[in-house]
Amino acid sequence: MEKIEADLLILGAGLAGLRAAISAAETDKNIKIAVISKLFFLRSHSVAAEGGTAAVLYEGDSYDLHAYDTIKGSDYLADQDAVEIFVRTMPKEILDLDHWGCPWSRLPDGRIAQRPFGGHSFPRATYAADRTGFHALHTLYERMLFYENIERYQEYFVTSFIINKEGFSGLTAINMKNGEFVLFRGKALIIATGGLGRLYSFTTYSHTVTGDGAAMALKAGMQLKDMEFIQFHPTGIVPSGILITEGARGEGGYLLNNKNERFMQKYAPQKMELAPRDVVSRSMMWEIQEGRGFTGPWGPYLLLDLRHLGDAKIRERLPAIRDIAIKFNGIDPKDEPLPVRPAAHYTMGGIHADNDTSTPVKGIFTAGEASCISIHGANRLGSNSTAECLVFGDISGRNAALYVKNARMNDIDMEKVKAEENRIYVEAFKKRGDETVPLLRRELNNTMQEKVGIFRNEKDLLDALKIVKSLQERFRNVYVEDRVMEYNTNLFTYLELDNLLEVAEVVILGAIARKESRGAHYRTDYPKRDDVNWMKHTIAQKVNGEIQLSYIPVRVTKWKPEERKY
Amino acid sequence: MDKVIFRIKKGTPEKWEYRDYEVPVENGTTILDALYYIRDNIDRTLSFRASCRMEVCGSCAVMVNNFPRTACSTQIKTIGKKVITLEPLAGYPWIRDLVVDFDGFFKKHESVKPYLIRKDNPEGQLLQSPEQLAKYKQFTLCIKCGACLAACPVAVSDPFYLGPAALAAAYRFNADSRDQGKNLRLAVVSDAEGCWRCHFSSECSEACPKDIDPAGAIQKLKVQAAGYELKKFLHLGVKE
Repeated sequence: MEKIEADLLILGAGLAGLRAAISAAETDKNIKIAVISKLFFLRSHSVAAEGGTAAVLYEGDSYDLHAYDTIKGSDYLADQDAVEIFVRTMPKEILDLDHWGCPWSRLPDGRIAQRPFGGHSFPRATYAADRTGFHALHTLYERMLFYENIERYQEYFVTSFIINKEGFSGLTAINMKNGEFVLFRGKALIIATGGLGRLYSFTTYSHTVTGDGAAMALKAGMQLKDMEFIQFHPTGIVPSGILITEGARGEGGYLLNNKNERFMQKYAPQKMELAPRDVVSRSMMWEIQEGRGFTGPWGPYLLLDLRHLGDAKIRERLPAIRDIAIKFNGIDPKDEPLPVRPAAHYTMGGIHADNDTSTPVKGIFTAGEASCISIHGANRLGSNSTAECLVFGDISGRNAALYVKNARMNDIDMEKVKAEENRIYVEAFKKRGDETVPLLRRELNNTMQEKVGIFRNEKDLLDALKIVKSLQERFRNVYVEDRVMEYNTNLFTYLELDNLLEVAEVVILGAIARKESRGAHYRTDYPKRDDVNWMKHTIAQKVNGEIQLSYIPVRVTKWKPEERKY
Repeated sequence: MDKVIFRIKKGTPEKWEYRDYEVPVENGTTILDALYYIRDNIDRTLSFRASCRMEVCGSCAVMVNNFPRTACSTQIKTIGKKVITLEPLAGYPWIRDLVVDFDGFFKKHESVKPYLIRKDNPEGQLLQSPEQLAKYKQFTLCIKCGACLAACPVAVSDPFYLGPAALAAAYRFNADSRDQGKNLRLAVVSDAEGCWRCHFSSECSEACPKDIDPAGAIQKLKVQAAGYELKKFLHLGVKE
């Protein structure tokens, strides 16, 4: 067993993780920082973010306006003090990226350009063509190379958090290249592992987004918050689910049904296609349910029409979308509309954390999609997620660096480490039955897609719970067949499936309990928002092997709940 | 539905073989779809890297009939063959199956100082006109898939050559109007294993899935490096 020590461990190397690493390195040159990811850092799912990063930069916009848009978008489940920190910190983050080389798109006078985005009442999505997440991640990666006290551990698959009475003490991991077991020790940990979208079958998420951080947190007794809120992005291209940015509608694209109508007129007459994602996705599903969708070999769909933008604008503003449409669908968007359907896209919930990114476990911080601070509440606005990663990545890095200065290395409970080593290297390889990873994963994906999707009801959710429980049982009959220890993907997908099954249950339990409709959580049997009983956050925690739910209040500063009309 | 045989180099450097897998293919099926099909339905021990499946994360480049391609964005039908051979990327240390060691690739990238260097501590926006942006923009699109290196005849035979991706990254920052560290990078790339090793065969630009022209960047870098070397020779103070 290899042992690696650092003052601060950062798990995950997307936007939040890398921003945290830079911030920690700038806060204290003398601490040792280890960034750990199961991927090469530039492979992180942040690269898939396309349209923009929200920030107040120019005259006509204001912090209050950005905060109000975000809070209204959240269906009043966001913690308003957290949102205020978020909007005020964001402009500096755009400038930092500028100073570190991000190729922001520019106005003719050389200033950084912005575009309209869903649910925002000012065009504040700061963009680098339609590859904003890609460029931001590459910029942070490049900047990170600058600091001598950041060590990189790429392709290390972390399997558990080791926590003792004093707080965080370490991580167990597999060195993916040679399969060896590794123990990371640190005074503090920042969890920045992203979301859990591969629970679903039709999704914009990368194959590697499997809820690892949330699952390990849950297993270690940590609290998850608001996990029932899963965002469906209106425009996943059919059949692959690859994201077609909201920026396509921000630049003027139309959504059309089979009667060639811009149907958003009916559902959001003011914002039209640029209503928030929960609203647009539901509207699309209603259109499909009422027979105004198109049918194809890969299920129903609607059309995203960009033809009227013209080839020049498409090439300039949406080059990646054009590329995707041509390479994956054989469609040039200047000639033909794109087939789209709502796709699982974002996890509003996450590891419960305070505004300073600390969690109730001493020494553990969290940022980005893995965390729930909460600034997104029940529905995140487009361009607020890359922004969140930057702001709270930054804050977590700084606070964790300050924390480790006065903290000590906690003792490792070697019993736990041994048990984990046994789970991976002995139990996982024991031949048991005929169940396989792909079979169970497919059943899980289909269950979540059909029963825990955009429209939910008690019967479906209870069914889903039963199926997930049985899949958890059947998982005991899955084993790793591949005996080669170098880059054993059979083992990694096995561990990822375990994580997905763990978090699926939390999503479903939260959804069953929440008897109202708010943001992305829409119950056909309770179609109204219920502020009296349900304006509160769900907290899920595993106690003696059972998941228990409890609730904490939403923090309201100056924006009182109102009806959400667009 | 058509069927295609995938002949895949399977194993580790100590013990390996080519194994055949039959995969159903229709319009739109990509090489990556085929790899997942094989792993889910035929051979769960097949190892390959993949993540975004939308040609932006750079994980999945492999040799497809001896030519480096990103698996996710390569349509099987466009290859027009009944048998397709998949092998790990050429020119990289092989780990197993379709997985190669990328550590060296990223070290080369890092060595050219691929980050914006400023002598000052700027406060507001660093203004940059759309025209200035256009000068380097295409070179920011590199997804670090490593295909260019696998296509380059020099890089495949000389493990120390910096290679097209790293050199294009150096040029990307040298051409950025916000940057002030050009000579620091030229000191690295004008080295014996730097831009002068390039024979301008342009295989790298052909292999690039993002249509970047690293070969063109390297030629421009040679011009910059020549100027730098000359100044250094004449002691004209190129310290930075």
